[in-house]
Amino acid sequence: MTDMNENPLDILPELLLAASAVLGLLLGAWLPRRWQWLVGILACGAALAGIVAASVAAAGPDLTAFGEGFTVDPVTSTTRVVVLGSVLLVLALCARPFHAHPRESELYVLLQLSALGALVMAGAQDLLLLAAGYLLASVPAYALAGFRKDGPGTEAALKYYVIGALLGVVMLAGITVLYAAGRATGYPLLGPALPQAPVSLVAAGTVGLLAGVLFKAGAVPAHFWVPDAIQGSTAPVAAFLTTVPKIGALTALLRLGEAALSDSGMPWAALVSVIAAASMTLGNLAAFFQTDVKRLLAYSTISQVGYLLLPVAVAGRSDLAQPALLYYLAAYAVTNLGAFAVVCALPRATRIDDYRGLARRRPLLAASLVTCLLGLVGTPPTAVFVGKLEAFTAAFDGGYAWLAVLAAVNTVASLFYYLRLILPAVSGRPGDALTDGDLPARVAAYTAAAVSVGLGVAAGPVLPLLSGSLST
Amino acid sequence: MLTALVFAPTAVAVLLLALPGRTPVQAVRALWVATAAAELGLVIAVWAGYETGGGIQYEVRARWIPNAGVGYHVGVDGLSLPLLALTCVLFLACAVYALRDRHRFREFAALFLFLQTTCLGLFVSLDLILFFVFFDLSIVAMYFVIAGWGHGDAKRAALKFFLYTFIGSLALLLGFIGLYLAASPHTFDIVDLTRQNPLAGRGTYAGLVLLAIGLGLAVKTPTVPFHTWLPPAHTEAPAAGSAILAGVLLKMGTYGFLRIAMPLLPDAWRRYALVLVVIGVVSVLYGALVALAQTDFKRMVAYTSVNHMGYIVLAVGAAAATTDTSAQARSLAVTGSVTQMVSHGLITGALFLLAGVLHDRARSYDMGAYGGLAAPAPVFAALTGVAAFASLGLPGFSGFIAEFQIFTGALGPRPLATALSVLGILLTAGLFLRALRQLLMGPVRLPDTPGTPRAFTDLRAHESAAVVPLLALAVVLGVAPRFLLDVIEPASRTVLELLAR
Repeated sequence: MTDMNENPLDILPELLLAASAVLGLLLGAWLPRRWQWLVGILACGAALAGIVAASVAAAGPDLTAFGEGFTVDPVTSTTRVVVLGSVLLVLALCARPFHAHPRESELYVLLQLSALGALVMAGAQDLLLLAAGYLLASVPAYALAGFRKDGPGTEAALKYYVIGALLGVVMLAGITVLYAAGRATGYPLLGPALPQAPVSLVAAGTVGLLAGVLFKAGAVPAHFWVPDAIQGSTAPVAAFLTTVPKIGALTALLRLGEAALSDSGMPWAALVSVIAAASMTLGNLAAFFQTDVKRLLAYSTISQVGYLLLPVAVAGRSDLAQPALLYYLAAYAVTNLGAFAVVCALPRATRIDDYRGLARRRPLLAASLVTCLLGLVGTPPTAVFVGKLEAFTAAFDGGYAWLAVLAAVNTVASLFYYLRLILPAVSGRPGDALTDGDLPARVAAYTAAAVSVGLGVAAGPVLPLLSGSLST
Repeated sequence: MLTALVFAPTAVAVLLLALPGRTPVQAVRALWVATAAAELGLVIAVWAGYETGGGIQYEVRARWIPNAGVGYHVGVDGLSLPLLALTCVLFLACAVYALRDRHRFREFAALFLFLQTTCLGLFVSLDLILFFVFFDLSIVAMYFVIAGWGHGDAKRAALKFFLYTFIGSLALLLGFIGLYLAASPHTFDIVDLTRQNPLAGRGTYAGLVLLAIGLGLAVKTPTVPFHTWLPPAHTEAPAAGSAILAGVLLKMGTYGFLRIAMPLLPDAWRRYALVLVVIGVVSVLYGALVALAQTDFKRMVAYTSVNHMGYIVLAVGAAAATTDTSAQARSLAVTGSVTQMVSHGLITGALFLLAGVLHDRARSYDMGAYGGLAAPAPVFAALTGVAAFASLGLPGFSGFIAEFQIFTGALGPRPLATALSVLGILLTAGLFLRALRQLLMGPVRLPDTPGTPRAFTDLRAHESAAVVPLLALAVVLGVAPRFLLDVIEPASRTVLELLAR
């Protein structure tokens, strides 16, 4: 416990994003439509500056800001870099399809606000701040899901909103119960207090809290929105929704587990491991026979969250959990964005069959798709392989060998549906749907695929950066 | 040196893909063959510089992911050097064989060069994760070879191949993680793990790790009952793909037994060796019997692979017996298993390339549809005959040396199993003779599938140039095997010393 630190520079990346969002909104109101891309440039600038600021902060000592509420440690720094990097990629994906769109600047603003919410969730060390982050991440995302204002988009937004609002309320109720049980909302105080509280109270509160966080993560049983929202929204937005909020939610779960709940007397590890098992299995099974590419990828993200929950389950039991989760998150973000970038680059190809002959028409794009999909399976030497390796090792180390075995079995199963998409892409003759490629999306796909392989090969220097201890 | 050997083909593959689309196909061919030849030259240079009995040589060790205990550690010893050479020989043969192919040739060549990297990389790996990386990438590359250039129901066969071997590779990965966590400090380095022997005296844990690793390798080998992916994959794959699959990829499984399972888990290996002996014998007999029932030539050869790999599994299982048998006999079994890997690679590679000729001429592998090919195609007939006799273990060929060593080595510790396996030789002899009679003797008959030419042309120059050296090498090894055995024997003694700990 130190004196309250209110230095705004400690949360510079978040402030930059917020400032750019507000400024962008004002600019958007004044700029003519064909100049609105300047707002996008502004957002890029804010994200780049945020990455620089986060890297500088990562080199400094760990600290907490604003009354123990927000911490800056390796976890926050990594999440900042990953989220802001993802925002950059998504901005590149949006550049062409939304160019001179009537609401172009609003799109950029909403993206930034939602990403800001994810960052707040990732750094929050207080249940109330976590709730604020949840709302900030969710509300702009509802609007994003229905951005196109067409039938599927409206359905996506409505479904997303209704489930989000419901689970958000449940989450607030859970926070209230935990507050009653632990007499505090900050994790440092909550951690020692919860073991003394009645277990049933803590369990009820935790379940409520989990409802909201799992909704953001898109994990079973709060996954129902994922396929519809992803299929219904535009491809760049889908890329965003399947990546950025998940990063915030999973990091928040790691913090909750390590700092507050793993010693609380309720079976935290067992609970999370069951969720992980259900998520990876159901996601995979549901993905098997999908024919719509976005829907298939949506289910694949559900199963990926299952693997990502492996290290969360053993948080506090294995020292490997934290670097494993952070590395896997980074790997997942770039690989998943790469896969969606290919979808964005082929706006008229919506079904698996439409991808037939992609290798002939656009060999590099097909190579990126294959790299990213095999990357999601966890084929070496891509980054997700190292992430999975670390996650499996953490699970073994934490005494959850069965979960690692189940994850391995699921990985094999997932291969089946990824191959269903890969195979048409690399064989056959090109069809009519493979047109209208837009250049920024293609470049984003190439970049993501290259980074996904590069991050895997360069895991050596990256991993040590992630393993600093949580500051609580 | 080894790094260059491993990664040069991939570099050339990238170069091939980067060439402009207008590049004449002749240039691609020349580049591919030149690369494969250069690789063979490199491996000969490595062999020339290899000091017999000197343990691991050409060792390179670099940090890769130190936090996860993963390093870039490569080297060769008497177990891996023969397989490296075999890999380079077979890839050169495939490059020569495929000289006249046209269908998406550039991609095909690039894929094969990449596949060569993964195979060479696997055999030089001295780190479990590095081993796993190459193991997995070889599966990916072979999947695309089968799915992209196969015939018949290739996509289904490719999928089956991928799923099966991928399950195996993940079981392998789980086993590796088990080893990693047991070691202190945690490491994936094979040499360090061998020295530590981290699972000594940890019964159940070691058993589970061995189960995972054994499962992974058994799928790849393949042994009964994990062999069901093999026949469709072979039948639908292009000829060069089959040759590599049988000649090199299958060896990854048995090589893994010698390189990883035996030295790293000696206790558990000794305890459960009987299981391997049983699996080996079942594979030998079952493979031979099922091969006997085939009418499809390529499928028959595929099942004889199950049979031949069964001898290797029998040998590595028998080598674990410590009582009432001399160290020399067991050393003979291990040496025989490595020799068998090389020999099987050469002979089966040749057989699959010849099967490819069959398909190229008349679009069918059905032995019943052919007859009397010796008249129109004497060279084809002669080479098929030689390959078949070599495969059934006739003295004078490498297969005889290998199987003789295996039986002699295994007879002491496991007399019953060995006696049963000898029956396998009898069965393979029967089935090959029957196949030769059907294909080569009698009046000339050709399958009348639509669109095939009425005449069966003999081997073309490039096809002979691919097949003849393989068979010639099999003869050389059968007549003068010392140069090979001198390299293998010290390494197999080392394996047994490690196993006896």
